[in-house]
Amino acid sequence: MQRIGVFVCWCGTNIAATVDVAKVAETLKSEPGVVFATDYQYMCSASGQEIIKNAIKEHNLTGVVICSCSPRMHEATFRKTVQAAGINPYMLEIANIREQCSWIHKDKEEATEKAIILGRAAIAKVHLNAPLTSMESPVVKRALVIGGGIAGIQTALDIADAGFEVDIVEKQPTIGGKMAQLDKTFPTLDCAACILTPKMVDAGSNDKVNLYTYCEVDKVEGFVGNFKVTIKQKPRYVDATKCTGCGECTTKCPSRKNPNEFNMGFDNRGAVYIPFAQAVPKVATIDPDDCIYMKTGKCGLCAKVCTAGAINYEQKEEFITKEYGAIVVATGYNQIKPTEFEEYGYNNYKDVVTSLEFERLMNAAGPTGGHLLRPSNGKEPKKIVFVQCVGSRGQSCRDKSYCSKICCMYTAKHAMLVKDHYPDVDVTVFYIDVRTPGKNFDEFYRRAVEEFGVHYIKGMVGKVEEEDGVLKVQASDLLANAQIHMDADMVVLAAAIEPDKSARPLATMLTASMDTNDFFTEAHAKLRPVESPTAGIFLSGTCQGPKDIPETVSQASACAAKVIGLLAKDHLLCNPCVAHSNETLCNGCSTCANVCPYGAITYEDRLVMDKGVRETRRIAVVNEAVCQGCGACTVTCPSGAMDLKGFANRQIMAEVDAICR
Amino acid sequence: MLNTKISKEDLERISGVNTRKCMKCGKCSATCPNFDAMDYHPHQFIDMVDKGNIAPLLESKAIWTCLSCMACLQRCPRSVEPAKLIEAVRLAVVRQQGENRLAAEDIPELLDEDLPQQAIVSAFRKYKK
Amino acid sequence: MQVEEKKEFTPLIVAFCCNWCSYAGADLAGSNRLNYPANVKIIRVPCSCRVNPLFILRAFQRGADGVIMCGCHPGDCHYTTGNYYARRRMTTLFSMLDYLGIEKERTRVEWVSAAEGVKFAATMKDFAETIQKLGENRKLRDLRCEK
Repeated sequence: MQRIGVFVCWCGTNIAATVDVAKVAETLKSEPGVVFATDYQYMCSASGQEIIKNAIKEHNLTGVVICSCSPRMHEATFRKTVQAAGINPYMLEIANIREQCSWIHKDKEEATEKAIILGRAAIAKVHLNAPLTSMESPVVKRALVIGGGIAGIQTALDIADAGFEVDIVEKQPTIGGKMAQLDKTFPTLDCAACILTPKMVDAGSNDKVNLYTYCEVDKVEGFVGNFKVTIKQKPRYVDATKCTGCGECTTKCPSRKNPNEFNMGFDNRGAVYIPFAQAVPKVATIDPDDCIYMKTGKCGLCAKVCTAGAINYEQKEEFITKEYGAIVVATGYNQIKPTEFEEYGYNNYKDVVTSLEFERLMNAAGPTGGHLLRPSNGKEPKKIVFVQCVGSRGQSCRDKSYCSKICCMYTAKHAMLVKDHYPDVDVTVFYIDVRTPGKNFDEFYRRAVEEFGVHYIKGMVGKVEEEDGVLKVQASDLLANAQIHMDADMVVLAAAIEPDKSARPLATMLTASMDTNDFFTEAHAKLRPVESPTAGIFLSGTCQGPKDIPETVSQASACAAKVIGLLAKDHLLCNPCVAHSNETLCNGCSTCANVCPYGAITYEDRLVMDKGVRETRRIAVVNEAVCQGCGACTVTCPSGAMDLKGFANRQIMAEVDAICR
Repeated sequence: MLNTKISKEDLERISGVNTRKCMKCGKCSATCPNFDAMDYHPHQFIDMVDKGNIAPLLESKAIWTCLSCMACLQRCPRSVEPAKLIEAVRLAVVRQQGENRLAAEDIPELLDEDLPQQAIVSAFRKYKK
Repeated sequence: MQVEEKKEFTPLIVAFCCNWCSYAGADLAGSNRLNYPANVKIIRVPCSCRVNPLFILRAFQRGADGVIMCGCHPGDCHYTTGNYYARRRMTTLFSMLDYLGIEKERTRVEWVSAAEGVKFAATMKDFAETIQKLGENRKLRDLRCEK
């Protein structure tokens, strides 16, 4: 018989206001096996933990039940507490009477009754708990970063700085991501390229950093400390080791009518191309859909002009398999194409552009050499209208429910830059709210209004139509309670941002969870913001939620710190709640091995003593370092030989009984 | 004399509109094709009903000049659907008055080539008993 | 003949929630103070595939009026494939229970992610209402357990 102690936490008033904690402790005291029960204001505090430790020693407890917040919150804390008092950390169960009881119920009697039942279930389970010991598994001291934007680069450089090897997988031919496309960055207005390209060069030349560009993650196996990842190298049709990046082929390529993705399709590139001058690695890539030789078998001009002999039309995709201790997700975002918002006329009028497109039109390295010109006729615009919150903060099917966070600031930046370069251009911004929380952000926005004379109008644009080459904008001015009609030469839409499309299949591969918007979920919204709930998977940048550059970089570095913390360990303690098979019941049928997602089950011929008969049988054996404890095998086992430590059949059954009593 | 005791709850029940969902972006009034002919505008309907300031709306010209084109309903990013609320105010008035504001035979001479078909149909709905 | 006084019926509902998605979803419902009926009692399991059909039979045997199992959305299982196994097992089990006279409405499988606190509360509320309407379950009940 176990000697169980019950500790009921008030959690200040969080629990005590709706649950009669004294009554819970009193009632649970009469449960079989319970030798001690008490309540206290904050069980997780130092003095609360002291109460637990003292009670364990004083009453010679063998099991502990804590009625408090969710085990997802403080299970680890309390395990350490009971361990410090000399009992096995797995002799502890937590009854969740905060999230599942006091916070959701108002009636005190009802909540108290439920808390007692939840406590009983935990007591029933502890009766059947057994001490468990964790195995150790080694850590592969190398990290993988998926995505080579500013987030991925920063994380990789920080990890490399600590002396660990790190690989970056980037699906584009170059690293740099979205930041490489930007012109200036708020709120300081330094040029994006000037601050990003040195980091790209660092990443490219650092001994510890390995770039896998034009690659995608194909398969992920294993678990924290021991991931095995297969990377698919897409064929560039150019030998990256031979290519010098001279660019001769890109200028000679006769296939010229391919929209240049880097410039948002405002100009064209050859079928063989280097995305931009500062690309890292600076290696040409042939797009097989555009290449005349690939399509017709005639041309081969690039191969003729390449003095390095790097062109190889026969290149095939390759698969590289490597092992990693940690994986960082830095897949970033894309700006939506506002094609569903027909009222803005994005589909019909060339002069209606998204802000990322506008960014290229303002960029000195862009299609117009930094000279702002209307895409329709190449003339200078005199009136520009900016529209914020296009596709953000809505509830209808075409909107994102969240605020894209960066639009207010980059719109202020665009407006300011336009006024700075062309003071006679009339700039109007339509906004719902201007959101500027950030260091020097509001000052920046006010400067746009006060110093640069940008017109901010509270209201939305309802219609954009073109007449004689002029955009007619119909909008509301809520403060004046008026509808206004104005002419514009360009309309810039601050379209919402969304996670990259590759994120969803990647999350499935990594078994990392996502929210309904396809942003990766963090392990704890406040306290563990850069870790995924899946051990060994870390989050960097906008894959976790909308962020500007300063925030992205700080999150990237935070993420690196967490990865370094993991890689610095030689061994990790495994989860001891793993499956094991009862050798006298196992009939060696292999059903369990078929359902195991980790391949943790093998078979051995073993000498078994069963009811006085000694014979050699084929028995399932679980590799405890590989088993993750999902329990699929336990349910599938036809002879009931498989069970899961910590969540045994009898334990869950006892919980069911306690609840249904 | 109009019964001015029509409450916010009545209007919300008739229309199914929850005025709390409005984020005050002004998209409805930006979209409205008949804005200038209305003394109260779509965003004001939402705001005034939300604050319980309903009497002026019952007396307004706007409930008769609203085209019921549903553009504000279509475009509202928060699915507040102002057109339904305007319709509810109109209904509240129509039910009390019980009289035709316009005889069916008057309509042909009011017809305008440029008027959208939808406006004519909605005019019948508003004015016919 | 004696007419028994009818006590107001409050159903007993057992919810099995996987640790990674649904249990976290329940926690989120809690921290957002989203109310759902107190007669829903949650049992935490590592994965929905840990739910042995026996547990559900045991619950009905011991007096539960409804059993709901929640897991990660298909494709999002923390253990890659666990919820697919669970889905198959429960489909088979529920059709058998239906055959035995336990109405299909008394058993349910729902996918609730860690971010869906609202969905969790709404699901539990809806399920509790459904069971309330169906009334007490007598089938499979072990009468020896009754006091």
